[in-house]
Amino acid sequence: MSSQLIQDTFRMNKLPHIWCPGCGHGILMRGIAQAIQNLGLDKDKVCVVSGIGCSSRAPGYMDFNTLHTTHGRALAFATGVKLARPELTVIVITGDGDASAIGGNHLIHAARRNIDITTIVFNNNIYGMTGGQYSPATPTGDLGTTAPYGNIDRPFDICNLGAAAGATYVARSTAYHVNPLIKYIQKGIENKGFSLIEGISSCPTYYGRKNKKGDSVNMLKWQKDHAVDVKRAEKLTEEQLEGKFLIGEFVSTTSPEYTEEYQKIIDRLSKER
Amino acid sequence: MKNNVVKLMQGNEACVEGAIAAGMTFYGGYPITPSTEVAEGSAEKLPRVGGKFIQMEDEIAGMAATIGAALTGAKAMTATSGPGFSLKQENIGYAAMAEAPCVIVNVQRHGPSTGLPTSPSQGDVMQAKWGTHGDHPVIALSPSSVKETFDLTVRCFNLAEKYRTPVILLLDEIVGHMREKIEIPSADDIEIIDRKKPTCAPEDYLAYGVEGDELVPAMAGFGDGYRYHVTGLVHDETGFPTNSTEVAQTLITRLMDKVEKNVDDIVEYEEFMLEDAELVVLGYGGNARAVKAAVRKAREEGLKVGMFRPITIWPFPEKQVIELANKVDNIIVSELNYGQIALEVERVVKGATKVSHIGKINGEILTPDEILAKIKEVL
Ligand SMILES: Cc1ncc(C[n+]2csc(CCOP(=O)(O)OP(=O)(O)O)c2C)c(N)n1
Ligand code: SF4
Repeated sequence: MSSQLIQDTFRMNKLPHIWCPGCGHGILMRGIAQAIQNLGLDKDKVCVVSGIGCSSRAPGYMDFNTLHTTHGRALAFATGVKLARPELTVIVITGDGDASAIGGNHLIHAARRNIDITTIVFNNNIYGMTGGQYSPATPTGDLGTTAPYGNIDRPFDICNLGAAAGATYVARSTAYHVNPLIKYIQKGIENKGFSLIEGISSCPTYYGRKNKKGDSVNMLKWQKDHAVDVKRAEKLTEEQLEGKFLIGEFVSTTSPEYTEEYQKIIDRLSKER
Repeated sequence: MKNNVVKLMQGNEACVEGAIAAGMTFYGGYPITPSTEVAEGSAEKLPRVGGKFIQMEDEIAGMAATIGAALTGAKAMTATSGPGFSLKQENIGYAAMAEAPCVIVNVQRHGPSTGLPTSPSQGDVMQAKWGTHGDHPVIALSPSSVKETFDLTVRCFNLAEKYRTPVILLLDEIVGHMREKIEIPSADDIEIIDRKKPTCAPEDYLAYGVEGDELVPAMAGFGDGYRYHVTGLVHDETGFPTNSTEVAQTLITRLMDKVEKNVDDIVEYEEFMLEDAELVVLGYGGNARAVKAAVRKAREEGLKVGMFRPITIWPFPEKQVIELANKVDNIIVSELNYGQIALEVERVVKGATKVSHIGKINGEILTPDEILAKIKEVL
């Protein structure tokens, strides 16, 4: 029996999904659906947009207005949707490669504009769909099919990137830490402006196997053991933080929102007439 | 006719006027010479009519935002030139596959690469047809005057809405930057076509379903209460992806048929002094003005020469060109490139008449005298 949440927010006839057994993406997708339901949003007024990748297949399963676009371009399509119809709640689902490699430019500019879109990056540290090539989120030294001798690229911190570009809400959680993830997505949707939530996912099929991270349970356990909340991290020494990564809320601020600012121009011009 | 406004205006400006008259409510793009005035005019005019303009971070994003807006129900446009048109190609294919009506203006400039930025060229006619990957329908219209730019921009929107497909306005720098007197018709005199909306209950809506021999599905906007899925993958009539080769065949055939079975509705052309012509010069866009002048000069010298001008470049007016080929001894194709449409004419006429080409690839226009000299050389 599927849960009430799944029956209410998913396209039951499109399940089961295509993801590998043990893939972290399903947990993150469910978290998004839970957040939307917790907020009681009208399904007709929600639009979920994605690019291309394993993660970007999520909108196909979700019972909203859904748009599966070209690789890296979800935010650019979503910007058109949101600006043309600001009453829609626009949510972007994207992978680490989709968001920060081919789509990196769109990510920083959507953040800079502070347009009211909530972006959830499913970060599995690898290109899953194309079979395990390194991504801008693959740690230096790790292996990928295109990094057979170890990746020499330095990785992006996607949250830092979004924060530096001007996102007004930035948070990170993991497939293991689902409850905070749901809370952050809710807060991101409620934030009037650009919100970026990084969800650390896991790809046991490629990243896990190539880098000897064990099976999916081990990968989730790794998330549990290595994530440190940003507030708690303040009290820890550099040594204690060695090898750990931060989760939690990094930015929560307010700034004029793009579609509202544009509407002000329209209103001003209509008064002049 | 009484409300007509007479103005001196640039082709690029007339394009914006035409777009607003056609009901454009969204523009997403990135500036590039010689198309920039289309962006500037849209930025100025759209918020005045309650529409939205956004300058995106690049042309790829401009095309994407245009499609996103179109899916919410907006009449959306983007404009660019050569290099930007190349960047838009992947998403133009997406618009064709997702059947998102939108207008792409390409004010052609010299190339390849950044070429001569402010010099005219007609080097993108094949890019307009074959630029993106896979097989998909293409509609591209090419105006020769400022007034026609206005009219054809309206027509681009109408064709986009009617056939749910991206439509290209293939301008060139000559027409884009030329200033001419234009009479803007009153709104009542302009025919406007809007996309067909679904009338069924949301639960019965098949986003890509057509009935009988219909070719164009009814389209709901995101937010209208019809939740559906849009993808660039091969999809069935529900809009969801499938790997079925049968569905792929049916889908791509229907997309192609939308244009191929409606060629007579779409194709427009101009004939000039063709009645007794023995030689025809085929020219289009800004270059057709020089062709017309050359034909006049030739007539003054007693030469039996006429002009054929495709207004619709794609689909190419094949039927009309074949008929011509059967009547005349020579077709000279005059264009500002190395022979892109000349190849198409050769392909179409299959040896029924002699085909030759006069072109220029140095960023200059062809003069009437140069075309006249070519006519005399061929005769
Ligand atoms: C223009 C373009 N380049 C490359 C690809 C091939 N491609 C598809 S998905 C993908 C990577 C996806 O990785 P990511 O965004 O991290 O998502 P994941 O599959 O890991 O969830 C690539 C390179 C494509 N579809 N389009
Ligand atoms: S390849 Fe990796 S990311 Fe893709 S579905 Fe499988 S486990 Fe998930």
